[in-house]
Amino acid sequence: MGEFIVTLLTGLSSAAALFLVASGLSIIFGVTRIVNFAHGSFYMLGAYIGVTAVTAVGGGAVGFWVAILLAAVAVGLIGVAMEILLLRRIYRAPELFQLIATFGVILVIQDVTLWIWGSEDLVGPRAPGFTGAVTILGQRLPEYDLVLIAVSPLVLAGLWLLFNRTRWGTLVRAATLDRQMVSALGVNQRWLFTGVLFLGSALAGLGGAIQLPKGGADLLMDFNIIAAAFVVVVVGGMGSIGGAFLAAILIGLLQTFGIQIFPNSTLILMFLVMAVVLIFRPWGLLGKPEIPGHGVVEAPEAPLRPAGRGLRLAGALVLAVLLLLPVAHLAVPAAVDDFLLVLVIDIMIFVLFAAALHFIMGPGGMVSFGHAAFFGGGAYAAALLVKFAEAPMEIAFWAAPAGAALLAILFGWFCVRLTGVYFAMLTLAFAQIAWSIVFQWGEVTGGDDGILGTWPSDWASSRIAYYYMTVGFVVAGLLALRRMLFAPFGYTLRAGRDSPLRAAAIGIDIKRHQWIAFTISGAFAGLAGALFVYSKGSVFPTEMEIARSFDALLMVLLGGVHSLTGPIVGATALTWLNDLFSELSYWRFLLGATIIALVLLLPDGLAGLGDTWLARRLGLAAPASGSGANGQETPA
Amino acid sequence: MTTPVLEARDLHTYYGGAHILADLSFVLNDGEVVVLLGRNGAGKTTTMKSVMGLVRMRAGTVHLEGADITGREPHVIARAGMGYVPEDRRIFGDLTVMENLEVGRQPERADAPAWTPERLFGMFPNLAEMRTRQAGRMSGGEQQMLTVARTLMGNPKVLLLDEPSEGLAPVIVDQMVATIQALKAEGLSILLSEQNLHFATAVSDRAYIVEKGRIRYEGTMDALAADAEVRNTYLTV
Repeated sequence: MGEFIVTLLTGLSSAAALFLVASGLSIIFGVTRIVNFAHGSFYMLGAYIGVTAVTAVGGGAVGFWVAILLAAVAVGLIGVAMEILLLRRIYRAPELFQLIATFGVILVIQDVTLWIWGSEDLVGPRAPGFTGAVTILGQRLPEYDLVLIAVSPLVLAGLWLLFNRTRWGTLVRAATLDRQMVSALGVNQRWLFTGVLFLGSALAGLGGAIQLPKGGADLLMDFNIIAAAFVVVVVGGMGSIGGAFLAAILIGLLQTFGIQIFPNSTLILMFLVMAVVLIFRPWGLLGKPEIPGHGVVEAPEAPLRPAGRGLRLAGALVLAVLLLLPVAHLAVPAAVDDFLLVLVIDIMIFVLFAAALHFIMGPGGMVSFGHAAFFGGGAYAAALLVKFAEAPMEIAFWAAPAGAALLAILFGWFCVRLTGVYFAMLTLAFAQIAWSIVFQWGEVTGGDDGILGTWPSDWASSRIAYYYMTVGFVVAGLLALRRMLFAPFGYTLRAGRDSPLRAAAIGIDIKRHQWIAFTISGAFAGLAGALFVYSKGSVFPTEMEIARSFDALLMVLLGGVHSLTGPIVGATALTWLNDLFSELSYWRFLLGATIIALVLLLPDGLAGLGDTWLARRLGLAAPASGSGANGQETPA
Repeated sequence: MTTPVLEARDLHTYYGGAHILADLSFVLNDGEVVVLLGRNGAGKTTTMKSVMGLVRMRAGTVHLEGADITGREPHVIARAGMGYVPEDRRIFGDLTVMENLEVGRQPERADAPAWTPERLFGMFPNLAEMRTRQAGRMSGGEQQMLTVARTLMGNPKVLLLDEPSEGLAPVIVDQMVATIQALKAEGLSILLSEQNLHFATAVSDRAYIVEKGRIRYEGTMDALAADAEVRNTYLTV
């Protein structure tokens, strides 16, 4: 009994940080409609700044709490800086484009933190006055846990008062419902957004600082908390603070009890709960179904155009260079070395992966946050066949797209029932379940050690042979994806994206088409995974991680989601940049800063730049500022 | 000649490649009620949104009491004295009636009538009985009253009323007529958009007929009433 109570209390105390981070995330999303990936980074900064502040302020119990609050305020100001310097400039860009920006911020913050505080984990300071433990029915519980348990309800009450008893809070709630109308009533949205960013970021910072006596500070905190915070926000309901409170407790308890009952499947449990909630209550426990209409509606997307002469010519040119590269390698090994061939193989694999994601994201309008499940899942399907059946490449290779397709059929059946951010979150949940299984089921998958020994058959084992094989598969894959988009299937998919009601009214089963598209996309991502696993000779759980899913997302968004060349350009640029920077000590900072710069300079993505430049050269450009209505308004 | 309260000159607005407003101009004088008449899709709502800064115009100018407000942000235009009541009400459904009014509240202005919730409840007695009701749980007519009251909380000089009679029961429409007449008596200048000629005639001094984003006719309500040909060409379905 004592053990049960102590476990319960431990669970409640671990919910505190989770609640603070998730409520901040939820508030920011509610008003700005930005899914702030950098929120985990703010939590991490809260912890690091907290350590420094506690040392600097000193002064016993009062000093400790002052320092914690200072850390929260400092992080709030960092959030404001991000809003003013970055987000404010791109509110008019397509909604998802802001994701990339916050992703760039994650990378920058990681390296800045590393640079300031070093790579060693910091031990958190202890809270004066709460350093001991209490004994409950013979079981000991740290006193500080009781402090943490008290924090969540206090913050919840404070937020409730703020949102229900102040003008600012009323304006924020109104802006969550219809921010354009709020501005038409004379409220300057900009300051509302800035204020919301401050509050949300400060809450994350507070979460990071307040857990210091329990957890300290380390460089992995950002990604560790962000996944859990997403789960909490989604389970509780986007924009609902009470929901975040409830869900944080639920997840906190699940984690502490889960460790005791299923020590090997704690990660799966959390995402399983999220998946179940999303399937039965897509808007979360206390959230409300989103009313379509008065959100920000983007200007209608221009139809995809078949490749013009210029593009065909460029494609043929690129293909020719690709085909001739090994010849150059044999002729001038010094200039075209082995590394370059490997890099080009990598690039091509990620081009295929990004194109597969783009297939559902662009024309399908379904944004997947978990496409690594199919890339890594395919790779694992092939590797497992090699490991347990010693299957030759000719057979195991095909297990990857097939396995990924099966996975996509399963996940897709649930996911296509949802739309928008909820769809994205469910794909993330499934991907994390898949990743947890691979990571925690060590006997079969090798866990963290991965699976080794997936080498190509003899005929394909030379670098050049494998290179040509990759070119073949990737080019064929791209052409197949492209062909499908210009077939009636592709038109149907786009009709479903642009106007689901009208498409349904003319007899199109949208969900079925989306499900098929999701499966096709998964299969091609799996094909990319197959090429990957045989080029590396091994596969590790990292290939299924959130970070890998984000890579693909980044490639598509950076390249430009509105054009078919987008993912190709984006994947090439990002893989190349990754390779270029990977040798440097602060490569994350450079990559993040590059991404942020690209976002600010090219809101239409890299391919968008090419499009407008080409169009202008050819005199085909539409009249300037063609997207009417601030890009925000549908024709009325 | 005195400066008009609101003057729009040669507005051009596009949605993507579609030319929605072409060379549209109108004038609203102090204390007047002027109606933009036209069928669905004629460009009435886009005109309102262009004036309010909610959609970006490609060309044209808008002056409010002689001051150029072209291209300003909606909140700046609102604070300059322009009140906007949208076609589809856009009340904040999760907020109470009082909270909806609070969102609309702006400082008083010397040259415009000042409104308080209590004054508005005198004008809209229905709302007075449901101060703490969630706006999303009110009837369409009540919501229409609330959206007008909410905008009045900003103490505007000029009111843009986009299709105030749309989808309302006849008894509520009559109430809306009375409301507009009362607001006119308060000294507000009102630009209204309508498809309902009967409603427009009951409240307006002058009319502009909009078709395909252009002004096709301009005249007093009396002149329009006498001109059956214009009515048949542009207004009857």
